[in-house]
Amino acid sequence: MTQTESKYHAYLSDFESLAADGRAHDAGWVRDLRERSLARFSDLGLPTVRRGNEKWKYTNIARIANTAFRYPSKNDPTGIRLADIKDVAPWHDRWVNLVFVNGQYSQALSSRPAETNGVRIASLAEAVVSDRPELERHLARYASTEDDGFTALNTAFLRDGAYVHIPEGESMDSPLNIIFVSTGDEEPVVSHPRVLVVAGPRSKSTLIESYVGIERNRYFTNSVTEIIVEDGAEVDHYRLLAESDDAFHVGTARVHQSDNSKFSSIAFAKSAALARYDLYIGLNGPGSTCELNGLYMTTGAQHIDNLINIDHIKPHTTSRLLYKGVLDGKSRAVFGGTVWVREGAAKSDAHQSDKNLLLSPDAEIDTKPALYIYADDVKCGHGATAGNIDEDTVFYMRSRGMDLETASRLLIYGFASEIIEKVQPVDLRAYFESLFLESLPVHRFEF
Amino acid sequence: MAATNSHSDPLLEVKGLHAAVADTEILKGIDLTVNRGEVHAIMGPNGSGKSTLANVLAGRPEYHITEGTALFQGQDLLAMLPEIRAREGMFLAFQYPIELPGVRTWQFLKAAVDNIREHRGLPELSIREFDGLLEEKRQMVEIDPDLVKRSVNEGFSGGEKKRNEILQMALMDPSLAILDETDSGLDIDALRIVSNGVNRFRESTKSVILVTHYQRILNYITPDYVHVLLDGRIVKSGGSELALKLEENGYDWVRGLAVQDGRTESSKEAPTV
Repeated sequence: MTQTESKYHAYLSDFESLAADGRAHDAGWVRDLRERSLARFSDLGLPTVRRGNEKWKYTNIARIANTAFRYPSKNDPTGIRLADIKDVAPWHDRWVNLVFVNGQYSQALSSRPAETNGVRIASLAEAVVSDRPELERHLARYASTEDDGFTALNTAFLRDGAYVHIPEGESMDSPLNIIFVSTGDEEPVVSHPRVLVVAGPRSKSTLIESYVGIERNRYFTNSVTEIIVEDGAEVDHYRLLAESDDAFHVGTARVHQSDNSKFSSIAFAKSAALARYDLYIGLNGPGSTCELNGLYMTTGAQHIDNLINIDHIKPHTTSRLLYKGVLDGKSRAVFGGTVWVREGAAKSDAHQSDKNLLLSPDAEIDTKPALYIYADDVKCGHGATAGNIDEDTVFYMRSRGMDLETASRLLIYGFASEIIEKVQPVDLRAYFESLFLESLPVHRFEF
Repeated sequence: MAATNSHSDPLLEVKGLHAAVADTEILKGIDLTVNRGEVHAIMGPNGSGKSTLANVLAGRPEYHITEGTALFQGQDLLAMLPEIRAREGMFLAFQYPIELPGVRTWQFLKAAVDNIREHRGLPELSIREFDGLLEEKRQMVEIDPDLVKRSVNEGFSGGEKKRNEILQMALMDPSLAILDETDSGLDIDALRIVSNGVNRFRESTKSVILVTHYQRILNYITPDYVHVLLDGRIVKSGGSELALKLEENGYDWVRGLAVQDGRTESSKEAPTV
């Protein structure tokens, strides 16, 4: 047994038990994929070595690596009521709602309309059999297991998740709401949520991905999402991180964009003990554009890390990024944003910015925007601020009769609402307003 | 001219006021009395301390008072926090209004009015009542109704920012409005609108301190008194004709006078016209 194997014994032994379980409907090709991924994971392990590892420079995952997270032995979602879900995640009865409990699809909690205009919505467990050609073409093609231990581990445990295929030219009327809820257990458990979305040419869709915890438990969510945006398609994507305060979360998303496609995303992060969201956008088709926004609000001893890579591969591609953070307590946030403009990606246009409001002297932000340009005739800009509110601003508000508390509340509210206002579906915007703006930290900007 | 110092009803009494920013003394002994219903223009070249005086009165924290007193409605102004000064009825229109990204103008104005009304023991306005008041004042300053839905001053033109200051003044209903170079950078139309707002405001018993570099705005708002500030002191005070004389002779003329007198002439000795 190698060192990696002994350290990650729990994962390896759970993999064996699941394989021995030998579900009859299990497709052979997925079994192969899992086995290959497990072998890769055994070699890679988790990125605990940080020296010289730029990707993990500011985030220490020792607490994840050193805990024996078990695959839940009993997974009984019947104890969960719909009301519990609606308490912790965005929900609308009119939406298509897919609920996964500890990684496993729950038909009882989900609401899938009978008729969805040809839009294929299925749990991955069914789709690996019923939609094999489409899945074989895309699954695990964009989220590479080669150099990423977390993705390899997720793929090794690939059993369930959400599969969505929007056919060519189709517009979805209402958002597709995917909720991964973790209940935790007495012993630390892990789930490996998986999402595959194929947005057909010239289709339009709205996708909400939520990772939420119901009880205050120590658990680990290791998710992987792949989104394929085909020619001229538009995907409006929202992601919510509201895990239990003791939970660990590593989320990986890989977006593959074709010609003239459009991908917009807003990533909201509210809670987890330690979280990393690793988002990669490949602008693989000329004229493709992405707009990425994010809001992270941290408190206590939380650690929230956003790693974003935008890859301009083809000419005339555009990217816009604006992430904002409100940091309180002893929390720490990390923002690593990199824009790549590859050789041949002329006329690319990129801009990224990360702005932070530090409400406590003990809060810390490590922000590192970077640009790597290998093409001529491009327009790129980036910036990061980790500032406080300035004295002139506060004086202006006080001179209008507002005390420090009122002025500070309006300023923090205003800072955060710039991102929330970008949420398109009205019901969803109202949800994020109540989730973030009604629980703003109380603070006084004093000088 | 209606009010004179002999029938005084002092709203603001400043005596021997010295103020510094960091270690540099900027105000070097200001005496100024403003009675109810009076409009005082404070003129002076760049760097004379005009804006400092306006900001010191409003309580800007970066200025330190090193000497002197100021009473506002009989109370110790210098002991009050900036927000208390505002609630007690002092208003400063900023020379460079601050942009507040994400803070909606409507929300900002409502918060200002709420705080002030609460302090004055007035009931909180319902949203409907507030909207009614806002609409009335908005029309007066001819501000685009869409502006109140936008972030405070963000993306506003120079003229819109200054009109927004006058809108805030009208809503907050102060007893003393200090306008810090509100006329600078305004075109003729905006100047007329802003001046109308101020003239509307000065009716009744309201007082105004008009800080300005140029005589131009005084064609629209006729002051009761004009004071010339030079190097942190008021070197000459007079009636509205003083502004015209300044326009004619320039600030060098006052500089000459100050040297000639060998002393400064304080506002207490301002001639009653």
